[in-house]
Amino acid sequence: MINMMEVQGLTFTYSGAPEPSLNNIMLPIEKNKVTALIGPSGCGKSTLLRAMNRIHDLYPGHHYEGAINLLNSDEQAYTDILGLKKEAEMIRLRQRVGMIFQKPTPFPMTVAENIAYGLRLTGVKKRIEVQEVIEKSLKDAALWNEVKNRLNDDARGLSGGQQQRLCIARAIALKPEVILFDEPTSALDPISTLAIEEMISVLREKYSICIVTHNMQQAARISDYTGFMYLGEMIEFDQTDTIFMKPSVKQTEDYISGRFG
Amino acid sequence: MNTGQHISHKFDEEVDEVMSSVLSMGGLVLQQIEAAITALISCDKALADVVIDNDVRVNTMDVKIDEMCNRIIVMRQPTATDLRLIMAIIKTTNDLERMGDEAKRIARQAIDISQRAVNMPERFNSIEQMAARVKDMLNRCLDAFARKDIEEALSVINYDRKVDKDYENLTRQQITYMMEDPRKIHESLDLMWSARALERIGDRTCNICEYIIYLVKGKDVRHIHIDELEALVE
Repeated sequence: MINMMEVQGLTFTYSGAPEPSLNNIMLPIEKNKVTALIGPSGCGKSTLLRAMNRIHDLYPGHHYEGAINLLNSDEQAYTDILGLKKEAEMIRLRQRVGMIFQKPTPFPMTVAENIAYGLRLTGVKKRIEVQEVIEKSLKDAALWNEVKNRLNDDARGLSGGQQQRLCIARAIALKPEVILFDEPTSALDPISTLAIEEMISVLREKYSICIVTHNMQQAARISDYTGFMYLGEMIEFDQTDTIFMKPSVKQTEDYISGRFG
Repeated sequence: MNTGQHISHKFDEEVDEVMSSVLSMGGLVLQQIEAAITALISCDKALADVVIDNDVRVNTMDVKIDEMCNRIIVMRQPTATDLRLIMAIIKTTNDLERMGDEAKRIARQAIDISQRAVNMPERFNSIEQMAARVKDMLNRCLDAFARKDIEEALSVINYDRKVDKDYENLTRQQITYMMEDPRKIHESLDLMWSARALERIGDRTCNICEYIIYLVKGKDVRHIHIDELEALVE
């Protein structure tokens, strides 16, 4: 069992906020597993997720304490990503730790260009190579069969579910090690949701995944581990089966069984 | 153990409804056992016929409760304690239905004995005592289920040893009778079948007690040693 990431005692305060939004969070992200974060709105799930690739730092002034360790590519040691400062390091980090948002965010360009854009930024220039990656990423994101004849169409013409899978393909193209999903299916219909869930269970074989979801059955279906958060604290973290069948903390039980408040 | 109010009142109502149906079914099964034993001891064929006819009511409740549970699972996707409660109810209903079948079996033996018109009151003493214990067990078990009282459930499980002992004694006694008067072997066999049915009812009551412990403690305690079970409840 190898942890791809380890959040250790993370306390996070938004710029200008009087109180921290996350308090002393501990969270392991095991390699090739799906870890789900659940909890009511405002509990800090998304804040935690966004700390994990430092996407908060697109705006300055936030304050971190503790550590978020990311396993180095040689799998020998960890690097604390909170220590990264240079812009190039940040870009490299977000390549290694990709993120999918709640609403699909296709770029206003063709399907193929959506994927090629990031690749070129990382220095992949050869046409053949770019095309290979496009095809492979779309296949991994279970979208290839639907768009192989529409590669040069505007990506905004795809359906919501397809757009979301395109965003996933775009992240995969950069060969990430961890993929963070922030409520990836909350804007999608049930069938597109199932397609994404199915894809996540396949992606797990290659990547380590952390997903924030409001849909508890979704967490129960697709994750190996689940963390329940409340008011910026990690109340309980355990195997998903345990969380949903026999949680040890009353607050967790109240939340998952609909007795919260 | 979660007993707080659900955000959806309807969910609480649905669970209360299915729970009270299980308890009514338990009450009905208890009545069936009581009537079957009375029919046996008093050689009352008419009463035994009533027991046999009434078994369909037990079966109907079994089906109805299963449907209610199915609906809750589909509509509510229960988790944690709620899930364990629904699982416990489904299993309990199954055991209660089989207890109803055992009561019907006793009623059949009662008809058999009544048709032979034999008078053997002395032979009924031990089965009467055994029946009293089994009824007491089931009564306490249903009460423990309603109150989710695991200590009482454990005490019922322990009490089953006495029923097993009763069954052993009764078997020995009937063998003696059979050896003394081989013409009455048939009657003794009827009694032994009835005692066997009671013994099975005791075992099924213990199963329900195990579901109560599973419901409250979240641990499956079937097929574990009694010492381990006691440690868990304490």
